[in-house]
Amino acid sequence: MYKLLLSWRYLRTRYIALASIVSVTLGVATLVVVNSVMSGFAHEMHARLHGILSDIVVESYETAGMPDATWHMEKIRSIVGADLEAITAVVHVPAMVNIPVPNGRSVTRPINLVGVDEKTYAQVCEFSPHLLHPENRKQLSFLLRSGGYAPGRTAFPPSGWQHRRNRVRIERDIQRHLQPSAAAESKAGQELADADTQRKIERSADFDPLSVALPQSSPQLPGSGRFDQPLGQKNDDVVRDDVPAVQLADSQVSDPFGNVPVNSNGAVFDPVKHQHTGVVLGIAIASTRHRDADGQVRDYYYCLPGDDVQITFPNASQKPTAVFDWFTVVDMYESQMSEYDSTFAFVPLRKLQEMRGMFDPEQGIYGVSSIQLKVREGANLNAIRDKLREQFPATTYPYSIQTWRDLQGPLLAAVQLETTILNILLFLIIAVAGFGILATFFMIVVEKTRDIGILKALGAPSGGVMSIFLNYGFALGVVGAIAGMALGLVFVTYINEIAGFVETLTGREVFDPTVYYFQQIPVITDVATMLWVVCGAVLIAVLASVLPALRAARLHPVEALRHE
Amino acid sequence: MSSMPVGYEPLIASARQSSSQLTAFTGQTDEQQMPARPYLLAAQNVTKSYQKGRLQIPVLKGVNFGVEPGEFVSIIGQSGSGKSTLLHLLGMLDVPDEGEICLGLERMDNVSAKRRDRFRNEQVGMIFQFYHLLPELTTRENVLAPLMISQGVFSYLKHRRRNRERADQLLEVVGLSHRLTHRPHELSGGEMQRTAVARALITRPQMLLADEPTGNLDSENSAEILQILKDLNRDEQLTIVMVTHDRDIAKEAGRTVCLREGLVDEVGHGNL
Repeated sequence: MYKLLLSWRYLRTRYIALASIVSVTLGVATLVVVNSVMSGFAHEMHARLHGILSDIVVESYETAGMPDATWHMEKIRSIVGADLEAITAVVHVPAMVNIPVPNGRSVTRPINLVGVDEKTYAQVCEFSPHLLHPENRKQLSFLLRSGGYAPGRTAFPPSGWQHRRNRVRIERDIQRHLQPSAAAESKAGQELADADTQRKIERSADFDPLSVALPQSSPQLPGSGRFDQPLGQKNDDVVRDDVPAVQLADSQVSDPFGNVPVNSNGAVFDPVKHQHTGVVLGIAIASTRHRDADGQVRDYYYCLPGDDVQITFPNASQKPTAVFDWFTVVDMYESQMSEYDSTFAFVPLRKLQEMRGMFDPEQGIYGVSSIQLKVREGANLNAIRDKLREQFPATTYPYSIQTWRDLQGPLLAAVQLETTILNILLFLIIAVAGFGILATFFMIVVEKTRDIGILKALGAPSGGVMSIFLNYGFALGVVGAIAGMALGLVFVTYINEIAGFVETLTGREVFDPTVYYFQQIPVITDVATMLWVVCGAVLIAVLASVLPALRAARLHPVEALRHE
Repeated sequence: MSSMPVGYEPLIASARQSSSQLTAFTGQTDEQQMPARPYLLAAQNVTKSYQKGRLQIPVLKGVNFGVEPGEFVSIIGQSGSGKSTLLHLLGMLDVPDEGEICLGLERMDNVSAKRRDRFRNEQVGMIFQFYHLLPELTTRENVLAPLMISQGVFSYLKHRRRNRERADQLLEVVGLSHRLTHRPHELSGGEMQRTAVARALITRPQMLLADEPTGNLDSENSAEILQILKDLNRDEQLTIVMVTHDRDIAKEAGRTVCLREGLVDEVGHGNL
């Protein structure tokens, strides 16, 4: 009884000891915060990486990819069996995107162009949730929507057909203003269109985009560079209003420079009514993020859904040459992983296969560069991967078969390592705090020497005296750890507010969304981790009190009583 | 154990005396007659020395001492004569180098530490010159401390009411009913010593060992404490051994033993 009473009284009256556990408190609080933030980060990253990458990727090293996608997919289906949930074929190719900006200039970005099957791609990996348009999140479509992109995001400019039409109207107004004799040019435009059609035929014959990239006769007007159909407007009056807003067949939309494409129905390409093949651009390709004078994060968009961009990439022939085409941005992809957001652009699979020449026209077989699988929840990814590797031996097939963990292994390992090292370092901090407790306890034992003598004179056994100090250390550890955990949890709960406060205080961004693409600091509080941290801290406090407690227990009662 | 230089005045004093007379020391011990009546607590041929650096300082050089049940004995002697050491040996706070300490017929100096802890807790009450109350505890808790030590948490909580009643009763006897929840630093010296007396009595011990109980008190308080001790001895036949350096106070006891340089020098009854 006296042990509990005395340790309780010591706890309440020795403020110096409470001071010595402040370091335990801080250490525990830091551990809680670090672990929460790191696991929030790791979880977010896992979710995103996994979502983007799909479970298993069978990728071909060859330029032309796997020659027969259907055969491969059938074979994979038979190998994986019941574990397979979804499968999709993908073509990816390094590419370059040119985004026209006002004043006839354009922004060029290197991208990773991915040809996806709009029906199955979203089943395999978490693609749809990262799109801006709510309808596209349900089912991806490469057709431009009329509007309603990124609902609830006030900073996102209006986009879609509305934006496209407004833009074209403004462009045409400018152009009309610059060229009052529009009627006269209308005829000339018609002639040019004929000439362009001629050139297009030439191009499809020799596959040389350069021959059309420099049209001698196209009057590229100042201020119209952003809008790639400077002459199209001259056919304003010939376009029938009843033509549906649809994407024209590929062959009709290939030449941006002033031609007037005509589809099989005889409809002339009109940017007000028609779109090119759709492309989903990574949001960071199409925008820059910066800070305005007030320190607010702003996004500036070079292009928006409804605008047209030019994409250039190599074809799949033995002597690769660059091919290019115009695409209409139909949506944007925002996974909040800056690496992906700034490189990925998605186009329809078939379009890419055809442009790259990845098909056998005689047999109608299409090639792909990789096949992505989604397997049943809980299936052993590594086992399936090994089975696939067995069936597609590296000696015969130049394929790399990897799980998403393999693909992002180094990144995941780095996060894991960071967490481990931080934990070790912070536990060292608590260990340092333990030495503080040790020193304080020695002081308290010296200070309490006479009391120890009294207790022994009253018949308290050495073990009892020892356990007073062990209890005391335990109580200090518990108080410190609980206080630290409470502090840490409060910190974690209000971490974004605290970050905002520190920001206003120092004027420096704590968690820069221009770098991390997180709007908020992600946190996950894991109960088991918290328990470990608290137990570790209490254990360190108890261990630190063992030596002083032993010293107290070994005190000779007579000498202790004489101590002053 | 402790290397603190403070608190060693008696030891240092005895060291000086002993070393100056070391050549004169014959090693002879007092030959005393063992009494016919059985002692409640007895020291036989007890020697005790302390290690002071490289020097071995003898404090007790073969003391024979016994106290009969119901007796009130005072031990007097100068500083360094070894009277406190003898009391500590009698209270099992320390073990003699040679000789025996007996409780009744049972030899106590070579039993386990646990047995001696229990003896201290249950069979003796101790009073010290510097009161030795625990500063963190209230008056009542200080009085209850020996019971807290002897009883585990559950049994203490079970008997809490009874224990508390006894403590309050004892504090009433020593006249401290109005100081139950005060801390020692809020009490006067006399009050602290009376608290210590109450604490010594809480376990209903067979004997009381008092080490200079009046040493730090004014004459009025000294008289009160002495009166309490005398009343206890007379009314409850409590055996009391009191160490003092003051002959006037020693006179109050039924018998006086004088220690000089580690040996029993003279024994007197009543007024010496």
